[in-house]
Amino acid sequence: MDTLLEILQDLHPEVDFETCDTLIDDKIIDSFDIVSIISEINEEFDVVIPAEEIIPENFNSAEALYDLIQRLGDE
Amino acid sequence: MLFTSYEFIAFLAIVFVLYYLVPKRAQWPLLLVFSYVFYYLADPRYLIFILVTTISTYVLSIRMEKINTEQNAYIAENKATLSREEKKAYKAKMKARKWHLLLVCLFLNIGILAVTKYTNFVINNINSFLSDASKLQLVDMIIPMGISFYTFQTMGYIIDVYRGKQEAQKNPFKLALFVSFFPQLVQGPISRYGDLSQTLFSEHKFEGKTVSFGLTRILWGYFKKVVIADRIITAVTTLVGNPDQYAGTYVFIAMLFYAFELYCDFTGGIDITIGIAEVMGIRVAENFNLPYFSKNIKEYWNRWHITMGTWFTDYIFYPISVCGPMLKLSKWSRAHLGETIGKRVPIYLSSFVVWFATGIWHGAAWNFIVWGLMNFVVIMISQELEPLYAKFHHRFAVEGKAPWEAFRIIRTILLMSCIRMFDCYRDVPLTFKMVGTMFTQADLSVFTNGSLLGLGITAADYLVLVVGFVIVLSVSLYKYHRGPVREALYAKPAAVYYGAMALLFVITIIFGAYGAGYDSSQFIYNQF
Repeated sequence: MDTLLEILQDLHPEVDFETCDTLIDDKIIDSFDIVSIISEINEEFDVVIPAEEIIPENFNSAEALYDLIQRLGDE
Repeated sequence: MLFTSYEFIAFLAIVFVLYYLVPKRAQWPLLLVFSYVFYYLADPRYLIFILVTTISTYVLSIRMEKINTEQNAYIAENKATLSREEKKAYKAKMKARKWHLLLVCLFLNIGILAVTKYTNFVINNINSFLSDASKLQLVDMIIPMGISFYTFQTMGYIIDVYRGKQEAQKNPFKLALFVSFFPQLVQGPISRYGDLSQTLFSEHKFEGKTVSFGLTRILWGYFKKVVIADRIITAVTTLVGNPDQYAGTYVFIAMLFYAFELYCDFTGGIDITIGIAEVMGIRVAENFNLPYFSKNIKEYWNRWHITMGTWFTDYIFYPISVCGPMLKLSKWSRAHLGETIGKRVPIYLSSFVVWFATGIWHGAAWNFIVWGLMNFVVIMISQELEPLYAKFHHRFAVEGKAPWEAFRIIRTILLMSCIRMFDCYRDVPLTFKMVGTMFTQADLSVFTNGSLLGLGITAADYLVLVVGFVIVLSVSLYKYHRGPVREALYAKPAAVYYGAMALLFVITIIFGAYGAGYDSSQFIYNQF
């Protein structure tokens, strides 16, 4: 989780990713951010997030994103 | 049958009355029948195209659904015995089967779109390299009305079925209605099956508030279209159709007029679409959210033609950006070009493809392609300059201050309007030349020498346009600061609400741009 938080903080240092759960709904991160995050996750976690998993529920919070990484890693 | 024709108004009246008269379970089949009648009246030959899209999508989506069911049953049955690797391999095998079906559907339907819309564009481009004697003949091609809209909407549906996000519709007639729903067939919005199906097939009882809200929305759309867009179009056509006569400041005026015309034309058309659906209790996705209040071009594209933007993002931008080869390229570029640039490579490449596609989707002409790529360039430059903007905002503490925000809004309007001039002039070099003259041949006397009265519209027309502008701006400002206008009016005594509707109706009837021999112009987005 710490690695993921670092990735997110690098992109938007002004956001509290530990508590925010409306990253997509409140347009805090946009499509360019999402692509950057996916690319970093691929590098750090060796997990490929396919396009069909890019839905608000998976990207609204760091926790949801972490759950997604774990789920895809397990599959 | 144009939305602005008397035939269409009569058609609508019949649909509305019958919709609430027939048994509720017959409401959606009735809409299907009328959607096909609407399309048939446009041109009977169009039916072949929409039927091919509907049938192919139906058959292939049902086959995909069977694969999904088969996969889920197999995994559930063999949960205990399958190893992780076996499960993964099985899923990959099933996904490959679905992928082949999806490819067939995409090739067929995008193929139809490409052949009907772009064959002559390709021939023209080839001809530009050939001598007169060896030039290829142009093909007399039918371009079915709304093909870009219904093809994208339907392909979005089957991609969602492929992704397992959407269960396939087992009733072919329901799918046929989703593809052909007449209010949005002409110029969108590009609906998602998951959203539209929630209300499209349900039974609706007559509710006064819903119907009156729908009618108000339709009226508002007609006001913008026939009072403003159809009036100002004469001046725009005169200005951009005679570039030798109207250069310099006239180009600037044409740019602003066209921005106003396009806004009223497109948002007016979408208001009519959403209003028609609303009268019948059906919710169609919003396509605009006060686009001219955007502070930068990226925000503008989140507020203008929203359903097209999200379609391109979900079905083109993301799949390209996060595909295997792109992730490999990203790794490579980070290692060789540095972290900062390397990270951006996938975004730049995918955005380029998206904007090229957006451009060519709008029309088979280099004007549209260049228009798309100009958007790409400006968005990328803004993206790169973001740290600089942040520093500027921090240093001068201007963010949130009214004058600065107003400046940003006006800057965005001017920038977007300028790029949009590619819609207007006959080719790309002429557009660049004419936009250039705005800076090299500025002449403020055009505002006072009476030449603006020679553009095909009278002083009275200008007055109507100014009043129209004030009304549209006031409604937009109210919505921006305080919320939906209809709700606010409805909360007031009934006389105020119905009085406002009656006034809008009278204004639209009296000031609609239909005099003797009036022939309402096609909605601009119809041609896309």
